[in-house]
Amino acid sequence: MAQSSQATGGLASIPALLQRNAAQFADKDAYREKEFGIWQTWTWAMTEKEIEALALGLINLGVKEGDFVAIIGRNRPYFYWSMVAAQSVGAVPVPVYNDSAAEEMEYILGHCGAKYAIVEDQEQVDKIIEIQDKLHTFEHMVYIDPRGLRKYDHRQLHEFSHIQAQGRAAHDELIGELKERREKLDYDSTCVMLYTSGTTGKPKGVVLSNRNVIESAKNSSEFDSLTGDEEILSYLPMAWVGDFIFSVGQAYWCGFCVNCPESAETMMTDLREIGPTYYFAPPRIFETSLTNVMIRMEDSGDLKYALFHHFMDFAKTTGEKYGMPKRSLAKPDMKRRVKNAFRYAMGIGFAMETIVENGIRMAFTKLRYGSKAREHFKAKDPILLNLYRGNLRDYFKYRMGNVLVYGPLKDTLGFGRVRVGYTAGEAIGPEIFEFYRSLGINLKQLYGQTEATVFITAQPDGEVRADTVGVPSPDVEIKIADNGEIFYRSPGTFVEYYNNPESTASTKDAEGWVATGDAGFFEEKSGHLRIIDRAKDVGKMADGSMFAPKYVENKLKFYPDILEAVLFGNGKDRCVAFINIDLTAVGNWAERNNIAYASYQELAGHPKVLDSIQGHVEAVNRSVADDPMLAGCQIHRFLVLHKELDADDGEMTRTRKVRRVIVADKFKDLVDGLYDGSTSVSTNTEVTYEDGRKGSISATLELRDAKVAPMASKIAAE
Amino acid sequence: MSNDSYVTEDGRTIGPTVMEMKNITLRFGGVKAITDISFDIREGEIRAIIGPNGAGKSSMLNVISGFYVPQEGEVWYKGAKRPPMKPYQVAEQGIARTFQNIALFEGMTVLDNVMTGRLRQMKANMFEQAIWKGKAEREEVENREKVERIIDFLEIQAIRKTPVGRLPYGLKKRVELARALAAEPSILLLDEPMAGMNVEEKEDMSRFILDMNDEFGTTIALIEHDMGVVMDLSDRVVVMDYGKKIGDGTPDEVRNNQDVIDAYLGVAHD
Repeated sequence: MAQSSQATGGLASIPALLQRNAAQFADKDAYREKEFGIWQTWTWAMTEKEIEALALGLINLGVKEGDFVAIIGRNRPYFYWSMVAAQSVGAVPVPVYNDSAAEEMEYILGHCGAKYAIVEDQEQVDKIIEIQDKLHTFEHMVYIDPRGLRKYDHRQLHEFSHIQAQGRAAHDELIGELKERREKLDYDSTCVMLYTSGTTGKPKGVVLSNRNVIESAKNSSEFDSLTGDEEILSYLPMAWVGDFIFSVGQAYWCGFCVNCPESAETMMTDLREIGPTYYFAPPRIFETSLTNVMIRMEDSGDLKYALFHHFMDFAKTTGEKYGMPKRSLAKPDMKRRVKNAFRYAMGIGFAMETIVENGIRMAFTKLRYGSKAREHFKAKDPILLNLYRGNLRDYFKYRMGNVLVYGPLKDTLGFGRVRVGYTAGEAIGPEIFEFYRSLGINLKQLYGQTEATVFITAQPDGEVRADTVGVPSPDVEIKIADNGEIFYRSPGTFVEYYNNPESTASTKDAEGWVATGDAGFFEEKSGHLRIIDRAKDVGKMADGSMFAPKYVENKLKFYPDILEAVLFGNGKDRCVAFINIDLTAVGNWAERNNIAYASYQELAGHPKVLDSIQGHVEAVNRSVADDPMLAGCQIHRFLVLHKELDADDGEMTRTRKVRRVIVADKFKDLVDGLYDGSTSVSTNTEVTYEDGRKGSISATLELRDAKVAPMASKIAAE
Repeated sequence: MSNDSYVTEDGRTIGPTVMEMKNITLRFGGVKAITDISFDIREGEIRAIIGPNGAGKSSMLNVISGFYVPQEGEVWYKGAKRPPMKPYQVAEQGIARTFQNIALFEGMTVLDNVMTGRLRQMKANMFEQAIWKGKAEREEVENREKVERIIDFLEIQAIRKTPVGRLPYGLKKRVELARALAAEPSILLLDEPMAGMNVEEKEDMSRFILDMNDEFGTTIALIEHDMGVVMDLSDRVVVMDYGKKIGDGTPDEVRNNQDVIDAYLGVAHD
């Protein structure tokens, strides 16, 4: 095991890596943020100066070694600097979800006893002021955006730029101390403390050491041969371990550039402008993108529509072979450029022929069928393509598709240069996964958690499948317990849960094996790990058959109009489900079918929507019935919820995982209704608005029965 | 007319009078839209004009912005009497406005719309603009920078390149505000900035108005129907009814004024 390995070349902390980068890659871009419509850039040398000024300012403010500094804001270079500056002075950065309500912050800041907070703007300052009385150890707050804060009491409140200016002014007297503190950092000192999202119960503070972070970053960078030329877009919550590893760990290890979007709403535009080469997103982002693509294709012209479907069908089988990028696309040399141009040129001729031929056929179809042409038209390959056979034909066809569909689509989505993309956090739908891969985007899955500093398993290039999560990452050992629970041991294994020795002991044993709480098994043929479900969620039905809710829910969620599903049935004789519709997809469908609606609630209760959801549920039932082990999990009754499950109401974690127990408890009347056979239930639900105020919505929901497919074994018995 | 400054409860400094209306009367033929109204606007304050429908509020705003020339009375601006002026001359003096019915260029992007707010500051001639060299280029960069700050301030980055015609009503209002703000006015006239908005949009707009006043020190005169908003936002309120001024003072004073209550609750007029 690698636990004994020492830091490579004395690079035992993130501040040490910063020093190296500032010396080695001085003029290379380290951070970019779009501000005032322009990408503002900081090189590594500039970054080092900014962080030094901030670190000196923090010492000047009174930050001591071992203090906790909360970091609250969206992804901006200033916050990444704040984390490194805090580390430089020996303090521990604690990033907090910026959309947390004040009470959630109170718990986290109170739990770690944070003395300082670096926050974004008035909104966050107000939240902290609200809870400040209850935080006994809290001392100072630093904000970045001064807007609206001029009249606040500034005894405990400081502007970021002022802190930096004070740091610069006190450079000569404090630099000695800063160096001393920085040199004291070793491989075992704490690098960061991250709070888990708390799927079950209160969040826990996971302490990660420099060893955890740097070893994980090093191993994973080597695994995917990341270089200093990568570009990433940082838009995932800073409090999430993934962002810390990608935007801090790997970025500092490799020295690549971290790009921050202008605002949360401009993410898609910024993604396209940057064109990242290394990309990371939870499945939900990919689902949303795909839904948008499909909606926009529905609205497109008939010829485009036909060509899109023609080429996407083709790419399903050939994308893996002809589309995958093999080398970094960040900074191609002359030879690669020529090669790329050649590959592109291979498609142009056929692409033009395709458009002309299909265009003419389309014109005739339109003459005959008018506005119904779309239903009667199918795109065809150009005639001259028949000159080729077999692989060569496929090759040319894919190149042609690349000119017409894949290339432009990838560019629109901002994935034009992606060489390695990861999705993690939840299972991704096979169709969604396949869609992106067939476009030639090297999207892979990984399995990880905060306690492992992300990486437990990952899929190597060329061994990617939708239903597994890959092989153990470098230096990670995995064992499967008798009950199916996965245990791992790695250099990334966390130090402890802060102030919570009982939880630490129950999760991590003396030999360093950590329980993941997930059940899974290794496929014998490929050696890949497959995850079944959260070990805690897997239960038994009344008749003793297995109850694995995630499995069924994921099948439901793969339909674009279902956003979220919650399955109940542990210990019962049959399963029932709650369903959340996806407003974008269903709203678009409603518009197309002339269904008027005024609110989410009205749309969710519309009989036609219920009909179509019922269709999905029954289709899922049929597919679940195929699996003899899980056939008992078919959905007998379901309802469509009148509100979206939301983190502000505590129904989901901030990383958008459903809190099963809380949902079951909160909507107990609805669950009971589903089981006692009533056809409608009136309910009143409390909702929390973003600013913390409470309100309530009442609704009468229609409960529906779904057809259940017969189980193979039962037919035999009858 | 007062020359002293004072500090409000929430710590803002209200300066001396910057604009004063003296005995304004405006007639359209035989109809008297405004009858003998006088009031002042002080530097840095938020001044509201309220009143029932047809009270003459918008006419008053049009008098201030130079769109109407009153038959009687004087407008004093920055200590000098203002001669009758064209609206563009008033704009050059630093008075910007938004309209009750949104008046944006629908086919142009948000950015271009906001840039038009800075036309007064661009001095390059047509030829220079056409070849886009020297002065024209320099000016464009300077002004774009100012405009980007306003876009950032009003949080409309995500729609920067979207044609205005495609935007929902609430955002259009915000774009119009951005355009008015781009002129860096010393007085900003807002004609019903919150009409037709939902609660959330109103809250946003109120925050922007307060922040504008706070951040840029812009003096704001606004017409609004939503009483809650007016009473919360403004420092002083003028109340009009049938073209006459029936009340003037702090929100609390106005709220307790019997004439104002009558006007709003509808007492028979003789």
